[in-house]
Amino acid sequence: MSEATATADTGATRVGAPADPPRRRRSVVKPLLLAALLLFLLVFPLYFDEFWLRTGFAVFAAVVGAIGLNLLVGNTGQLSLAHAFFLAVGAVTYTYVSATDEGGLGVTDLAGLGLPPVVGMIAGVLVAALAGLLFSPISARLGGIYLGVASLGLVFIGQHVFNSWTSVTGGFNGRSVPEFQLFGFSFGNDDPELFVMGVPFRESERLWYLGLFIAVGAYLFARNVLRSRPGRAIQTLRDSETAAAVMGVNVQAYKARAFMLSSAYAGLAGVLYALSIGSIAPESFGLLLSVSYLAMIVLGGLGSVAGAALGALFVTALPLLFQQYADALPFVSDAGQGGIAAGEAALYLYGLAIVLVIIFEPAGLAGLARRINSRFGRARRPGGKVTRPPSPPGNPATDPST
Amino acid sequence: MTQFLALLLNGVSLGALYALIALGFVIIFKSSEVVSFTHGSLLLLGAYSIARFSDSIGFVPAVLAGVALTAVVALLIERLIINRIRGAAVISLAIVTIGVDIIILTEMIRRIGSDILNVPHPWAGESIRIGSTGLSLNRVISLAVAAGLIGLFFLAFKYSSWGVAMRASAEDGEAAALMGIRQGRVSAVAWIVAGVLAAVAALFLVGAPTPGVSPTVYTVALGALPAAILGGLDSTGGALVGGLLIGVAEAMAAGYQDQILFLGRGFGSVIPYVVMLAVLLVRPSGLFGTKELTRV
Repeated sequence: MSEATATADTGATRVGAPADPPRRRRSVVKPLLLAALLLFLLVFPLYFDEFWLRTGFAVFAAVVGAIGLNLLVGNTGQLSLAHAFFLAVGAVTYTYVSATDEGGLGVTDLAGLGLPPVVGMIAGVLVAALAGLLFSPISARLGGIYLGVASLGLVFIGQHVFNSWTSVTGGFNGRSVPEFQLFGFSFGNDDPELFVMGVPFRESERLWYLGLFIAVGAYLFARNVLRSRPGRAIQTLRDSETAAAVMGVNVQAYKARAFMLSSAYAGLAGVLYALSIGSIAPESFGLLLSVSYLAMIVLGGLGSVAGAALGALFVTALPLLFQQYADALPFVSDAGQGGIAAGEAALYLYGLAIVLVIIFEPAGLAGLARRINSRFGRARRPGGKVTRPPSPPGNPATDPST
Repeated sequence: MTQFLALLLNGVSLGALYALIALGFVIIFKSSEVVSFTHGSLLLLGAYSIARFSDSIGFVPAVLAGVALTAVVALLIERLIINRIRGAAVISLAIVTIGVDIIILTEMIRRIGSDILNVPHPWAGESIRIGSTGLSLNRVISLAVAAGLIGLFFLAFKYSSWGVAMRASAEDGEAAALMGIRQGRVSAVAWIVAGVLAAVAALFLVGAPTPGVSPTVYTVALGALPAAILGGLDSTGGALVGGLLIGVAEAMAAGYQDQILFLGRGFGSVIPYVVMLAVLLVRPSGLFGTKELTRV
């Protein structure tokens, strides 16, 4: 790592100039690391095969959803188990709007509007947001924990509706998801045939960029929202509803809006999820999906946008990796062979991870990163007096070293 | 009319089982501020262990062993996990129980697989006829047992020293601790009681008319969460009323499903949630829950 040499350099020059805070140097390293990460993600499809790209796209979808849920649970303090429902709303809306009328998998006739998939994606987000808004008489008035159980109801009621509303959702069998298109450019395998640096760009490569673009956008949007006035408002709300109300935050309105925003994120994640799994059935959107999203944000660190993204990577990629490398892992075997099946192994692991994280590191992966960061920071400082973790970006007013 | 009566009786007996589960849920919340999502898997654990034990040691000892095992697991969850993070945010506590739930549930599903285990109730298969519809003997016995247990519970809650200690700590944990009430013990006992109640409910839930122990029992058990919420999370009486309400509503929806077919097949299974949402729209803290007040 180039970081070590950089440390030595500034350490030498700092002898005569103690006023120069090491924090300024860190602010150069961080964007550099982010740029390197982005570059890595951009060239990734040139070097890795389809399995990794498909996994990556699933991760991007989960990142969007996890960031949305984190806004609600981590930043507003409202527990929701209904995330799967809103994902389903997004996925079904996209499929319905973008697909054409077709024969369907069973005997039923499936309806569809046949509009461009971009419209379908936007509609998926809007309808999910609307569904979130419709739930606001409940979501805005209930305290965090009541909402947790109440939102459980949405998952079951939603599954019932999706199972019954066959002409739109395909019922139990589900229906296949139309492939994505952007102004005539197809995200399928051909049309047009595309080669970049000798690598054929097929469906998985194209979807990778779509997912990357949307996930980065979702990340930036959430970060900016949290720094804005409404963002501050919901975080005050989480810490104390009374204090927030006293300071002029309309508690109910902001709870409703946070729920709506989170639902919109879920809708977008649902569209991507649908594209990623290729065909949607109501069964894919059960309670377990909600729980896995909760697992993501808990592991990543409640309230941290980057943490949510990390958690999404962990929870989504793990079962897929287990499946891929089942032969190489001890105890793990294919389903029905006596050992622990890959999907189950992943479930055990993240169940256990949730418990351990909450007991030992409630701030999750983000908290761990922050702690490591501050430990290095302290080691560099003469006297090592500063024990605070670096203040979150965008909050320079509380910086003690200036 | 006779059909209505039979359905009502069916609903009440189902509701009594829901009430048993919901009661456990409520006392855990009262004693340790934890909304326990482990209940579904505890129930499945109870049902599974009773079914497995009864192969080798006979029905009655198996029931005792199964109930004891469930209680012990509940106690372990409290001692090993909940007790360590006492005072953490309510949401973190709830999420931890979800984590535990995933682990136990996955283990149960792995063990049960696609089989349906059978619990050899001595009263299996018999039923009482009322008019054109029947009521299984299992449900009649469950109603009696549940009523007895609920009565016993309310007596203990009111008069026993544990009940007094429990109510005191629910009222004001700090003051209760200063009076020498051991919070840890109160919450440990609450978890044991909840485990026992869940296992007993499981014993009857997997009997007729349900086919046997399969992972779907878990979903049935989740129906008790709405019961607790709509009655008011911190109200034991509310759990009873909520349980009965949901049981009756579910039985009615199943009985009259031909008339409500426009709502989709199998609407009965989502009835608990529909009732819950309807109640919460009007009373956000449930029917009997105390409204949270903050003094500034």
